[in-house]
Amino acid sequence: MVPNDRKYTKEHEWVLLEDGVATIGVTDFAASELGDIVFVEMPEVGDEVNIEETVGSIESVKAVEDLFVPVTGEVVEINEDIDATPELVNSEPFDGGWLFKVKMNDEAEMDKLMDAAAYGEILGG
Amino acid sequence: MPYVPHTPEDIQDMLKVIGAESVDDLFSDLPDNVRLKEPLNLPDGLCEEEVLRYFMQAAGKNHGQNELTSFLGGGVYDCSIPAAVDAIISRSEFLTAYTPYQPEVSQGTLQAIYEWQTFVCRLTGLDVSNASMYDGATALGEAVLMALAASRKKTVILPETLNPRYRRVVATMMRGMGVKVLVAPAGQSGTTDPDGLKKMMTDDIGCVVVQNPNYLGLVEQVDALSQITSGTKAILVAAVNPVSLSVLKSPAEYGAEIAVGEAQPFGIPCSWGGPLLGFIACTDKLKRRIPGRVVGATTDNRGNSGYVLTLQTREQHIRREKATSNICSNQGLNALRATVFMSMLGAEGLQELGEANLIRVTALRRAVEGIDGLELPYDGPVFNELVLRLQRPAAEFIKFARSHGVLGGIDLEKFPVGTANDLLVAVTEKRTAWEIENLAQLLKTFHCEAEVK
Repeated sequence: MVPNDRKYTKEHEWVLLEDGVATIGVTDFAASELGDIVFVEMPEVGDEVNIEETVGSIESVKAVEDLFVPVTGEVVEINEDIDATPELVNSEPFDGGWLFKVKMNDEAEMDKLMDAAAYGEILGG
Repeated sequence: MPYVPHTPEDIQDMLKVIGAESVDDLFSDLPDNVRLKEPLNLPDGLCEEEVLRYFMQAAGKNHGQNELTSFLGGGVYDCSIPAAVDAIISRSEFLTAYTPYQPEVSQGTLQAIYEWQTFVCRLTGLDVSNASMYDGATALGEAVLMALAASRKKTVILPETLNPRYRRVVATMMRGMGVKVLVAPAGQSGTTDPDGLKKMMTDDIGCVVVQNPNYLGLVEQVDALSQITSGTKAILVAAVNPVSLSVLKSPAEYGAEIAVGEAQPFGIPCSWGGPLLGFIACTDKLKRRIPGRVVGATTDNRGNSGYVLTLQTREQHIRREKATSNICSNQGLNALRATVFMSMLGAEGLQELGEANLIRVTALRRAVEGIDGLELPYDGPVFNELVLRLQRPAAEFIKFARSHGVLGGIDLEKFPVGTANDLLVAVTEKRTAWEIENLAQLLKTFHCEAEVK
């Protein structure tokens, strides 16, 4: 089902921690619910962001949803490919469709997030 | 013949069905003391002929620009309008159509809007334009909101030389948004002082507005101002007179990322302040923030070309709660007027139109130079408006000129730059050499009287 190497939020975002930097994206469930994604409004590199804050939006042909940041820290990179090819979020939500990276202030925040099994239960229920 | 939808029999039938004795019974819940007991205090009815005569006589009290010679400008100009403009927009398909709710069925309307957007992009040099805005002032307000959203700042700098009506509209739109509005001072030249602006630039500034030509008719030092904003987070917004763009640099050429303005001079009459026609254009980078709707060209599955609403009023559909704009319609008919006007003139015609304005303002300058007591306070380049500094308050001259069938210009007494004796005079392509000479004669006479006094 969903990859085991990362954590999940109830807003259907995923967080993959590597060397103190969290890569953030949306799950395949979120992408398919939204439909064809046409635009992602991203935070900017250098932004200080706080856990659960709205930092942008994801727009599909039928809806616009807020983009939350699941961890606290500084935005260090955004996926430059998304601007020209937002459909990456639909086709490769867990890989090429990642959105942005945050250098975490406190890695303990990861413990508050769901693991793949818990997230799978949300989807299943 | 009166038009009454219900006959007495109809009314009786309806009362019977609901079990009421009379129409008055329907109002029995209203206390007696608030009910009107006598007929309304209105004059007797008039027949069609009488109504027509009544309004023709009332309209005859107006003294419009066909009867007077107008040197009024300041944002709305007395311009020539080819008869074909009215002929084309009077087609019922255009004239009676409301904003298209099932847009792709209205291919003609979409094509007209697409052409309009194309004209606006070519004039401004920018990438994307929308289906139009209400007027230049609200277009500027929307542009400031776009710039602040994109830069994620809360402070805007407006020039002191901005049209005061635009400034009031922008201030109103910013109220409640928590936006701070600063004013960049004008220098002795009557244009925005680049050093003054430079001193105001802090990290908080998200938007800087320049109006070119400015309210005093003067061409701003756009390159110097643009240099100050480039490299900062602030987005440069240019408010322009589109007629001037055939002879002046386009906003894109001096680094403006958003351009707005009033397209009234393109085939729309001055009629007591409206309706006007705003336009807005921006860079590709900002296109997601443009308000309203954008029409695009495409091909259908059979390879035929066609038009679609590429971006719809998202404010009204999928992101209502996140809307930064509440514009929900467009000035469709006026945008069509401007489109017909521009397509009739073409690139060469627009060039000639711009030059005609320049030639006339030069003629005005020559005609008034040397009038004793009259000064030209600013010597910078102008497009079609000139400030004259009179010996007495401008209001007195305006009254004097009006008594000779001339609308002499705008009194700048309340404008923060200049003096109470300053008069803003506009000369469009419509003003003849004789009319300009006549204005100069009136100014001469006015100043002779000053000397006698």
